[in-house]
Amino acid sequence: MMAEKRIDTPTGTETVGHEWDGIEELDTPMPRWWVWTFIACVIFAIGYVVVYPAIPMVKKATDGTFGWSSRGQLAAEMQAEDGRRAPMLAALSRIPIERLPEDSDLMQQAVAGGRAAFQVNCVQCHGSGAAGSGGYPNLNDDDWLWGGDLKAIEYTLVHGIRHPGDDATRTSMMPAFDGILSPAEVQQVAGHVLSLTGKAAPNPAGAALFDTNCASCHGLDGKGDRAFGAPNLADAIWLYGSSQQQITRQILAPRHGVMPAWQGRLDPVTIKMLAAYVHSLGGGEDFVEVAEDPAVQVDEQP
Amino acid sequence: MNNPDIDGHKDAGIDWTRPSDSQPHTQPPVKPQKFFEKRKSVHPQRIDGPFRRFKWLVMLVTLGIYYVTPWLRWDRGPYAPDQAVLVDLAHRRFYMFGIEIWPHEFYFVAGLLIMAGIGLFLVTSAVGRAWCGYSCPQTVWTDVFQHIDRFVDGDRNARMRLDKAPWGPSKIARRALKWTIYLVVSFWTGGAWIMYFADAPTLTVQFWSGTAAPVAYITVAILTATTFALGGFMREQVCIYMCPWPRIQTAMLDEKSLLVTYKDWRGEPRGSVKKSAKNPEEFGDCIDCNQCVAVCPTGIDIREGPQIGCITCALCIDACDRVMKEVGRPRGLIDYATLEDCTREAAGETPRPVWKTLMRPRTLIYFSIWAAIGLSLMFALGTRSHTDLTVAADRNPPFMLMSDGSPRNAFTLKLRNMQSRPRQMEVSLSGLPGGVVWNDRMPRGDAARSMTLTVAADSTQALRTYVLAPPGTASQDFAFVLKSLDAEGESARSETRFSAPGE
Ligand code: SF4
Ligand code: SF4
Repeated sequence: MMAEKRIDTPTGTETVGHEWDGIEELDTPMPRWWVWTFIACVIFAIGYVVVYPAIPMVKKATDGTFGWSSRGQLAAEMQAEDGRRAPMLAALSRIPIERLPEDSDLMQQAVAGGRAAFQVNCVQCHGSGAAGSGGYPNLNDDDWLWGGDLKAIEYTLVHGIRHPGDDATRTSMMPAFDGILSPAEVQQVAGHVLSLTGKAAPNPAGAALFDTNCASCHGLDGKGDRAFGAPNLADAIWLYGSSQQQITRQILAPRHGVMPAWQGRLDPVTIKMLAAYVHSLGGGEDFVEVAEDPAVQVDEQP
Repeated sequence: MNNPDIDGHKDAGIDWTRPSDSQPHTQPPVKPQKFFEKRKSVHPQRIDGPFRRFKWLVMLVTLGIYYVTPWLRWDRGPYAPDQAVLVDLAHRRFYMFGIEIWPHEFYFVAGLLIMAGIGLFLVTSAVGRAWCGYSCPQTVWTDVFQHIDRFVDGDRNARMRLDKAPWGPSKIARRALKWTIYLVVSFWTGGAWIMYFADAPTLTVQFWSGTAAPVAYITVAILTATTFALGGFMREQVCIYMCPWPRIQTAMLDEKSLLVTYKDWRGEPRGSVKKSAKNPEEFGDCIDCNQCVAVCPTGIDIREGPQIGCITCALCIDACDRVMKEVGRPRGLIDYATLEDCTREAAGETPRPVWKTLMRPRTLIYFSIWAAIGLSLMFALGTRSHTDLTVAADRNPPFMLMSDGSPRNAFTLKLRNMQSRPRQMEVSLSGLPGGVVWNDRMPRGDAARSMTLTVAADSTQALRTYVLAPPGTASQDFAFVLKSLDAEGESARSETRFSAPGE
């Protein structure tokens, strides 16, 4: 229903001229400051379009005279963050890794940095929780093939394990006993290895064969030798499985894990942080000052 | 309140139908409609009276609270700030005298806000827009600025003259002086605000030596600008056009709410003292002196009936009471009254006593809800624990075997100490036979059934914790128990699960 415009009596204001079921609308004039606010907003918007990226073009939006971009802002923030971290990184590069635990703040920062680097570089083999899997060591436990103090872990990281092209890489080779021991003898040795952790009955024949063939590396008690990365066979941790069959397979055709040397791929500070992180996972050992030449220690082994 | 259809309104207030009875329903527009309207300047006249004095008192108290609170001190010991009321955004703490609120206790703040909301409902249904009339910051600051106007330019008539006067040296000088005072007050308003968010004395020194955080200067600048604009120039426009509260209140008022009301059955028809002296029978009590309009801070005429522009500041009551006294008529031509009472009075009955108006189911229900929330908040505050323990078990790996075959689980414990002093706490295992616990800040060799540590004052400490069980232990539930080794002896318990090989 259309009605004529009229002056509403109580307010003295004109109506808009429409009427629905007896309801009419007043045409109250807008306050003038509202119009000024609107105009100010339009002016602001024009200014915004000029100085900031705004109008979408074919390839990208207009640049804006301020030259602002989200990428540029990110780069600036990253740079500021680098600046903030620089003193910590400098301190880390100065301190010898075995002395890191003395500075618990620095240690915590190193662990945090190491955690981030680990998630990028190491999870592919060791898993995101550093728990490893068949053939890839679990870094949470207290069993270390090549040593579990900060310095040993850093060395492993720097030079890798059986990394071709690094002369100082950790290396050792277990011979394949296929053909050296008869199938029956292999079974006896495997039985002896299992008996070390009580998983099988004592086995004198196997023990004798172990003493002659295996003890030079794994030790008479089967506790292994970190100088050769010879695993401890008398514990509950098995890299390639703990069944008779899996042990037999390892004796006949041993597998050898390879870990890349990170020297040259990661900077020394990142490697230090990684070592601190791995050490912090719960199995890290205290660094003990030992004889200069690891070979000396080897000779002292029974 | 422009709706003439509200029950009782027709009989009690203005009879909206009366003028149109004598006029045709539809009239042609008299002049072309304006799209935009200039603000009509309001120059309220000075007035004194009981309500004005009450308004002075409220202004004094509210401004006093606003400016003084951040400077009050409250001793909380060496580990917490000594400012009585402090919103510490950086450390996520809210201090209010003896109360300290942590982010996880935000329900206290939510509860206070709900109480504030219901409190406004309560006040509105009982005494109308009392908040608007007396204690709303917009009202208080508008009042301050109107007094500045009066101080610089004189009272209503002088100000109206000056407004019309052409710009000349004296007008420029007066305007410059007035706006400078506006600016100083605005700046002081903004400056006081930031004091709630940092240690006030320190921040003041930093502010003036140019070393405060940029956000402090920006906040002060914004609040100075808004106070200057809203208090100095927008004033009643804020209430009429911007503020949502008048709309909400309009819906909350009913015929039993106390409102500033012009008793038209008594005042109409209006006539000057001279006219009514000649024909006492023909005229009502209103002598049409316009005093009520002159003093109104929003520039409205209350005799047109209740309206959204009326903030119920009651200054027109003071004005009219004065006039009535001068002409020797009873006071209260304009008065706080409910629409219901107006109907009764108009019909010659006696109005209900005020206490009956206040003690009606609606206000009592609002009050009980308000009080119940308040009491439960106080109860929660009195019984809350100042320690807490949360446990997050490592998921990856869920467990691992140590070289002797014993399963080890890792957990991240969060120990919370809400007291403002460092506390000795003991974390022990409950369940898990043979299990031992240690953390990454102690040698593994010291692992035992429990560990003791100091949790820093007023903080939550994350602790990487290991639990080792004898070989062959199966997966099972157990709990960490936190106990404070002090007089309070508070404890917290968190159930979790130990994972091991097998099921
Ligand atoms: S102050 Fe009282 S008498 Fe004077 S115009 Fe207003 S209502 Fe009438
Ligand atoms: S009409 Fe009266 S109560 Fe309402 S705002 Fe004006 S002076 Fe205050």
